[in-house]
Amino acid sequence: MIGKFLRGNLALSVLAVLVSFVVGGILIAVSNPGVQQAGSYFFSRPTDELNAIWNAVFGAYDALFRGSIFNYQASTPAGMIKPITETLAFATPITMAGLGMAVSFRSGLFNIGGTGQIVFGAMFAGWVGINVDLPWALHFPLAVLAGVLGGAFFGAIVGVLKATTGANEVIVTIMFNYIASLLLQYLLKTPILQAPHNINPISKPILDSAKYPPVFGDQFRLHAGIFAMLLAVWLVWWLLNRSTLGFQFRALGHNPSAAKVAGINIGLTYILVMAVAGGLAGLAGTSQILGTEGQLTTGVAASFGFDAITVALLGRNNPLGVLAAGILFGGLRAGAGTMQASQGVPIDIVLVVQSMIVLFIAAPPLVRWIFRIRAERKEVTA
Amino acid sequence: MKLELKGITKRFGALVANDNVNLVVEPGQIHCLLGENGAGKSTLMNVLYGLYQADGGQILIDDKPVKFSGPGEAMAAGIGMVHQHFMLIPVFTVAENVVLGHEPTKALGFLDLAAARQKVREISDRFGFDVDPDAIVGDLPVGVQQRVEIIKALISDAQILVFDEPTAVLTPQETDELMAIMKQLRDSGRGIVFITHKLREVREAADHITVMRLGKVVGTAKPTDTAEELASLMVGRAVDLDVNKAAAKPGPVVLQISDLSVWDHSGNKAVDNVSLQIHAGEILVIAGVQGNGQTELTEAILGTQSKLHGSIRLAGEELVGKSVKHRFDAGLGFVPEDRTEDGLVADFTISENLMLNRSDREPFAKRGVLQLKFLKDFAVEKIKQFDVRSQGIESRAGQLSGGNQQKVVLARELSRNLSLLVASQPTRGLDVGSIEFVHEQIVATRDSGTPVLIVATELDEATQLGDRIAVMYRGRIVGIVPPDTDRAVLGKMMAGISA
Repeated sequence: MIGKFLRGNLALSVLAVLVSFVVGGILIAVSNPGVQQAGSYFFSRPTDELNAIWNAVFGAYDALFRGSIFNYQASTPAGMIKPITETLAFATPITMAGLGMAVSFRSGLFNIGGTGQIVFGAMFAGWVGINVDLPWALHFPLAVLAGVLGGAFFGAIVGVLKATTGANEVIVTIMFNYIASLLLQYLLKTPILQAPHNINPISKPILDSAKYPPVFGDQFRLHAGIFAMLLAVWLVWWLLNRSTLGFQFRALGHNPSAAKVAGINIGLTYILVMAVAGGLAGLAGTSQILGTEGQLTTGVAASFGFDAITVALLGRNNPLGVLAAGILFGGLRAGAGTMQASQGVPIDIVLVVQSMIVLFIAAPPLVRWIFRIRAERKEVTA
Repeated sequence: MKLELKGITKRFGALVANDNVNLVVEPGQIHCLLGENGAGKSTLMNVLYGLYQADGGQILIDDKPVKFSGPGEAMAAGIGMVHQHFMLIPVFTVAENVVLGHEPTKALGFLDLAAARQKVREISDRFGFDVDPDAIVGDLPVGVQQRVEIIKALISDAQILVFDEPTAVLTPQETDELMAIMKQLRDSGRGIVFITHKLREVREAADHITVMRLGKVVGTAKPTDTAEELASLMVGRAVDLDVNKAAAKPGPVVLQISDLSVWDHSGNKAVDNVSLQIHAGEILVIAGVQGNGQTELTEAILGTQSKLHGSIRLAGEELVGKSVKHRFDAGLGFVPEDRTEDGLVADFTISENLMLNRSDREPFAKRGVLQLKFLKDFAVEKIKQFDVRSQGIESRAGQLSGGNQQKVVLARELSRNLSLLVASQPTRGLDVGSIEFVHEQIVATRDSGTPVLIVATELDEATQLGDRIAVMYRGRIVGIVPPDTDRAVLGKMMAGISA
């Protein structure tokens, strides 16, 4: 039973995260001035060195905890739970976009275009959120829909290119990220999106009638996008496991040649996959622009486009796994600031931990080797 | 040189691929290693060739124990292997291929191709191979390419030659020629190991027969034993090698192919102006050596080949220009020649594979929603009906044996109302038991009044299964003959000579 668990995908993901934190801890210790100092007289008083290492690593991870889950040092109840709401606020767009990447990965398309699709979602949602005047009950859904369709449209173009010309989606989506980001930069300098009488590339604020309402009031950044995100998790799970379309996506992903012989229209399916993936990334864009940011800037996609890829891989392209991985990444983002502010740990350590996770996920044999887990054996029945 | 394998055991995890196997190959003898797929023949030879390390037992050459850590050492010790899939570089000449890896050089490291040519010519003349050292390998017929492989082994002075399923890719004539070559090599004092599961060849060529089943040597046999005796030994129970079927009762023409030409992916004309008719209730076999346009012909019927010209009418309806889906709806059943590549999704469960081409049609789906309850009941019923041996309907298709995989494909294709069944090499790579089952199902389909088109590359299957045999060569139908046509005539037709 335990052996079976250890050989499974879940365990590999968990262990990859664990190993990454250990490596992160080593780097924290090595880069800590106190540890370096104690190291200079290691042989006369080794306990000093061990203490220093403990203080550095524990201090850093304690700060990470306080910044991302529960701040027991805060003076108000609101201050105590603020970290977890921050984590969830970051987790919302990361998970949404991660779901999009998971759908495309499951369908055999290595979609690197999360960034571009988020940008398109944000642009469309932003334009509607700024320029349309309607009551919330109409304006908000319309703005979200515009964002989803914006992302879906931008994703679908990739699908069309792949279906008609056989273009490699990896290259196309990477290039499309540049196109989307540069287009946003350009539009933010034209009257189409730029706020009037402003020299900075920044839009007018989104009208309140188009915004995600806050969940716990205005002092927290967490907004109702989290419910949209949870709904998206369920929808993607349903799509992949319960619908004909998802079945065809998965068939294409596992064996395109059998899918073709089974009469599945490969080209059309590529387009649909990319539209769904782009739509989910576009939804992440709406969470940014109609939720946390409230205003279009060139940095609207942040690093979520690439975090989404990692989150999808870490979650093994499984919607619930993506949710868990998304929350983990939200927590890392939320806690990194506290870590730097209170312990002087460079914020890059979090990036290193994230990168190590990618490395270990990409190389499961490495994790198996570290923990001496045997690979899942294929059953053979004659 | 005498070769002895003593108590060889090779495990892959829990699977024992070779269990205490003993084998003695005397010089001047053709030793046949007979067994079904998965019996452990190839594993044993890979151990001999140094590709695998045995977990137990030893290899003796002339009674001296040896150990090979790689093919290089095995070759140096005088063991040569003619692989099932040729290890040749198509754009190189015969001479270049033959010396690859141990190129003769002149001063300053220049390649001495003249020496290589000379050696090839010597060996070719000595054994009557008729191979031109300057021919480009890719331009040669398969049978000649195989001789290049043999020359490769002989040039490093191999005394033991292992042939791994060498006849799988050959025409009947080429098979006969290969047998003659093997006998010649034997008479020159070399030891031959001939791996096969084809009984006819065993009885024709072997001096000595060792039968393997499930990793063990289960016995030895004489070439004079009957095919039935050999088959029972191989399978472990009595088998009936004939296909039991009544005479066909052909009805009206259902499939009408007229003036069909198909171009393959690289733009070559693979099917050349073919016209065929198939009647309800008959099996038409397209016989021929693989790669003569059969694949493209079946793909044209399925609809995955779009570069074509001509007409395919199923029950009066023109199929050309229609989607694959439409053809399934029109009652086409299709068993592809490569089941793992085209017939199944290995990572999908048996149930999922059972609805692979019906996932958007009732009763498997309603308005885009999969009907998993129905699918479950359906799958449970089908694995019982088609005797799919597995851990259950949630087993991954990739974990099944070839025979069970093919049963899943058949269960899917035969579980709806068909107006035509097309099956490409439906028994390729299957064990004797599964072959019996597949043949029974195909005959039952015919008897229910469905027209059946079978692509067969083996003469035995063609003559046993077919009600009529159309022989295909280089994209053309050489002729359509009854199944009791003389083998020699069929063989000639497969080489393009019309009867």
